[in-house]
Amino acid sequence: MIRIKKLILSIFAFLFLITSNTYADKVRIATEGAYPPWNSKSADGKLIGFEVELANVLCGYMGHECTIVEQDWDGMIPALRMRKYDAIMAGMSITDERKKVITFSQGYADEVASLAVMKGSSLESLKTVEAVNLSKGAKKTLKTLTTALAGKTVGVQVGTIHQNFLESGDVGKVNVRTYKTQDEVNLDLAAGRIDVALAAAVAFTDYAEKSGKPVVLVGPTFSGGAFGNGVGVGLRQEAQFGSSTAMGKRDGQLLKDFNKAINKARKDGKISELAIKWFGFDASM
Amino acid sequence: MISSFPKLLNATLVTLKLVSLSLIFGIFLGTFFAILRTGKNKFLKNFSYYYSYVFRGTPMLVQLFIIYFGLAQIEYLRSSFLWIILKEPYWCAIIAFTLNTGAYTSEILRSAFETIDKGYIEAGQSLGIPKNKIFYKIKFPIAIRQSLPAYSNEMILMLKGTSLASTVTLMDLTGVAKFIISTTFKPIEIFIVAGSIYLFITFLIHTFVKLVERKLEYPK
Repeated sequence: MIRIKKLILSIFAFLFLITSNTYADKVRIATEGAYPPWNSKSADGKLIGFEVELANVLCGYMGHECTIVEQDWDGMIPALRMRKYDAIMAGMSITDERKKVITFSQGYADEVASLAVMKGSSLESLKTVEAVNLSKGAKKTLKTLTTALAGKTVGVQVGTIHQNFLESGDVGKVNVRTYKTQDEVNLDLAAGRIDVALAAAVAFTDYAEKSGKPVVLVGPTFSGGAFGNGVGVGLRQEAQFGSSTAMGKRDGQLLKDFNKAINKARKDGKISELAIKWFGFDASM
Repeated sequence: MISSFPKLLNATLVTLKLVSLSLIFGIFLGTFFAILRTGKNKFLKNFSYYYSYVFRGTPMLVQLFIIYFGLAQIEYLRSSFLWIILKEPYWCAIIAFTLNTGAYTSEILRSAFETIDKGYIEAGQSLGIPKNKIFYKIKFPIAIRQSLPAYSNEMILMLKGTSLASTVTLMDLTGVAKFIISTTFKPIEIFIVAGSIYLFITFLIHTFVKLVERKLEYPK
């Protein structure tokens, strides 16, 4: 009997040991590694991109030791909530829907969404205003888009603001196809399986540049409303594990640390510098 | 949570359609290749052998990706009439699943053909029954009965295999489950519901095969 008790105890001790890294002070930041130029992987498998470099800058400012881990996009938020890591920096826009389950730092960069088609598409000549802010009302442009997209098949990555927008009914009923990664969206756009795709404008320009495929941006750029308010660091809500517990306190502190670090990085021009390096223009906010 | 249930049930229909269509096509393909395999023509024998070797030896996900993303890279194919079929994720999935289950089915049937007691065939021959009649009146029914337990396994494996369809944009049970998770962020609850639906379909397949097995039992 005692032996069994000992065995069970040692199993628990072992489990505690292998899971206890979540209590260590090392901050684990997750990124997708498949959404260039925000975050991607180099040929030798290393994580690179705007957010990977920004994460290192922010960690330096916070004085935390950090590791950057890779996580598939569709499990990003659930895994954060299960404490597999402490923060998300993966081109994730700050939206009300996500705020119900996690919290965000202040935004560090603006994501501008756009539609893209292949050269020669009937949508290429789509005439609209240049930029649409859904929070400010854009009935006329949305109406133009509704007519243009009627009966078209649109590809998006699953669980993104882009998918939410297409399914919100703002542009009528369109055939939405969802993909696990942006790479696959690009492949099917080039193959002609989908008529048009919606994602961050830079995701398309990056693909066009690297693959040499004639992908062109059409229609307005989108912001506001379903598109959220910029990209921020996704963090656990302090209350998820109880604000008075050690875990909850640590989560709350991390939010403060990130906000402070982002402020500092913005003021000393570090965010702008990295944005220009990776996007070609200043997307900082 | 509860509001997601009808969506999952709708998606179950897609899964059922995928699995039943590919199993039906797969049986024909498998029987065809099993006959080639047990036949005399050496070239066809080898062809059938390598077909099942390749499709059993590679992951179904890779096969599906080659058919869906790989073939789409070939400009020539895209301008041919084949593109009408290959353009649709649905048919790409059916083709991949059929080729895969066809390979396994041919192997199951082949081993069943080869283990038929020589006595049955000799009995038929001594009664002067023609060769083709021996095949579909004696060999085939025995082989079917023989391979049922192994084939029920294959049916269940295929049911679970169709979950890969979600990787090529099809909204099957797994695809819809993932979609719901992407808006509710509740993976455990949704996957448990989806898993239970798969389990229930497996139970139906199992029961169905049991019934058929009892029907085909040899009189004692």
